[in-house]
Amino acid sequence: MSLVRSVGMEDKLRQWLQARFADEIVREYIFCDQQSFYIKPEALLSICQAMVADPELDVRYLADITSSDWLGQEEEMGGRFEVIYNFYSLTHKYRFFFRAMLPADQPEIDSLTPLFNSANWMEREAWDLMGISFTGHPDLTRILTPDDMEGHPLRKDFPLTYEVPQFSWNKDDPPEVIR
Amino acid sequence: MKKKTITVNMGPQHPATHGVLRVELEIDGETVVKARPVIGYLHTGIEKTMESKLYYKAIPCTDRMDYLSPMSNNLGYCLAVEKLMGIEVPEKVKWARVLLAELTRIQSHLVWLGTHALDLGAMSMVLYAFREREMVVDIYEACGGQRMMTTYFRIGGLANDLPPEFETLVRKFLKEMPKRLKDYEKLLTLNPIFIQRTKDIAVVSAEDAINWSLSGPMLRGSGVKRDLRKDEPYSGYENFDFDIALGQNGDSYDRYLLRLEEIRQSLRIIQQAIDGMPEGPYRAHVPGVVLPPKEEVLHKMESLIFHYKIITEGFKPPRGSFYQGIEAPKGELGFYISSDGTNKPNRVRVRPPSFINLAALPLMIEGGLVADVICAIGTVDIVLGEVDR
Repeated sequence: MSLVRSVGMEDKLRQWLQARFADEIVREYIFCDQQSFYIKPEALLSICQAMVADPELDVRYLADITSSDWLGQEEEMGGRFEVIYNFYSLTHKYRFFFRAMLPADQPEIDSLTPLFNSANWMEREAWDLMGISFTGHPDLTRILTPDDMEGHPLRKDFPLTYEVPQFSWNKDDPPEVIR
Repeated sequence: MKKKTITVNMGPQHPATHGVLRVELEIDGETVVKARPVIGYLHTGIEKTMESKLYYKAIPCTDRMDYLSPMSNNLGYCLAVEKLMGIEVPEKVKWARVLLAELTRIQSHLVWLGTHALDLGAMSMVLYAFREREMVVDIYEACGGQRMMTTYFRIGGLANDLPPEFETLVRKFLKEMPKRLKDYEKLLTLNPIFIQRTKDIAVVSAEDAINWSLSGPMLRGSGVKRDLRKDEPYSGYENFDFDIALGQNGDSYDRYLLRLEEIRQSLRIIQQAIDGMPEGPYRAHVPGVVLPPKEEVLHKMESLIFHYKIITEGFKPPRGSFYQGIEAPKGELGFYISSDGTNKPNRVRVRPPSFINLAALPLMIEGGLVADVICAIGTVDIVLGEVDR
C-alpha cells in the first residue's frame, strides 16, 4: 500500500526516537509494512509534544485513537489494555502508530487534547466503550452510550446479550435476557 | 445589564439534522455562543458485533454503518482482511471495485447535494439528485441484488460475477451524468440565494482542519492536498488518472464546488475502468479462505469440503493488527483489525469519517447565526448511522 511514501521515513523516525526517547521505547513492531512503537504510557505526552514541535518530522495529523482489550492474554501483551495512536505525516506521506499497554486495574494515560483538538471525541469514545481513563481531558463523559449506563461495552468481559422480543403470545411473561 | 443567553435543543427530531443528531445551542439572540453536539441515539454496537462474528460474516455489518456508501465500507473491510491474510485479488476484481467505489462516491455526493440544497431552501434539487441516484442504485441492484445494503464485495473478490447488463448500465450513466451536472450548476452555482447562504459560512482554516483531523472534502475544502487514493493507493488506484479537487477558502460554498468536481473526477475514473475492464475470474483462488465458485462446489469434492469449512469454521489470520484507510465519500474511512490468531477478530475498529468531522461542528458554528447551523451540519455530510455505529 505504501507506494509513494518518502523513502527512509521508517529509519528516520526510529533514529529520531532513539536519539531522544531511547528509554521510553519498549519495542518496535512492524507488521504488514506498518510501523508501530510500543511506548511507556507515562512518556506519551512528552514524545508527542516533541514530535509535533519538530518541523522536520511534520506529524500534525492524528488520524485515530483506539483501544483494544487483551483479556486472557495479558502476559504475552504486557498489559490488558492497548491504546493505539494512529499518526500521519502529511509531507512525508507516512503512517505510523504508537501503542501503549495499560494494566487491568488502572487503565490510565495522558490525554492528547492539549495538542490535538480531535483527540477530544476519540478519547471520549475510548473512555465510553473501553473504559480507558485519559488524565487531563476537559470533558471525559460518555459519548455513544446513555449517561446512566454501567460498564464499558467493548471490554471482553462485557457479555453479549440477547433480549427476547415481546409478542402477543409472550407479553405476560417477565422480560428475559439471554447471556 | 447582565447579558442573558438561553439554551435551545436543535434535534434530535429536526428534519435538517440528517438523522438523530442533537445540538445543544446556547444562544444570545440570534448568535450562537456555545454549541455541543450530542450523539449516540443510533448506537448499535456494530464494532462489538463484528468482534463476535467470523471474519466474512462481518461484511453485512459494514453496509449498515454508512448506509449511503455501502460499497466503500465493504471495500475497506475486505482490503483490511485480505492484507491480514495475504490474499492478492485478481485484476478484474480490483477494477470492478474501483468502479463501484467511485459510483458510490457519486451516489453519496448526490444525496448530500440534494439534502443540503433542500435544507437551504432549494426544494427542487433533491428531486433531481435522487433521480440520478436511482441510476446508480439500479446498477447496484443488477450486481448484488440489493439497492442499498449491497454486501457485494467479499473477502478475496466479489459475491458473483458482474452481470451482463453491467456495461450498458454504466455507459448509460456516464452519458447522462455530465449533462445533469450542468443542470445542477445552472440551479445552484450562480444562484444568489444559495451563494448567500453558503459563502463564508462554516469556515475552517487549513491549520484547524489538520488539528481537528478532518478528512475528505472537509479537509480538501480548506486547501490541504490529501487524498488517500493518491497518497496511500489501494485496490489499484495508482493505475487511474484523476485530479484531486481542492478548495481555497474552506467555506461551505467551496465544499459544494469541490464535491461537484469530485463527481466529475469520479466519472473520469469510471470511464477508464469500464473501458479497460480486464477479463478474468471474479474471485481469488485461495483454498480454505475464499469461497470456491458455486459450480465447483456442486461437482468437486475438495471445493465442497472447503466451502463447508469456510462457512462453519472460517479462517484464521496470523496474529497481528493492520489498519487500512480508504478514501470514502465522506473522508478517511479506516478499518483497524487486530487478530489474535483465532477465527474471530480480537478487535475491529472503524475510523468513522463522519464522527471525526462532526466533532469540529462547534468550531464552525460558534459565533455565527442560528440559521447557519443548518448549513454547517449539511456541509459536514454526516450519516448518523456511521457516527454512532
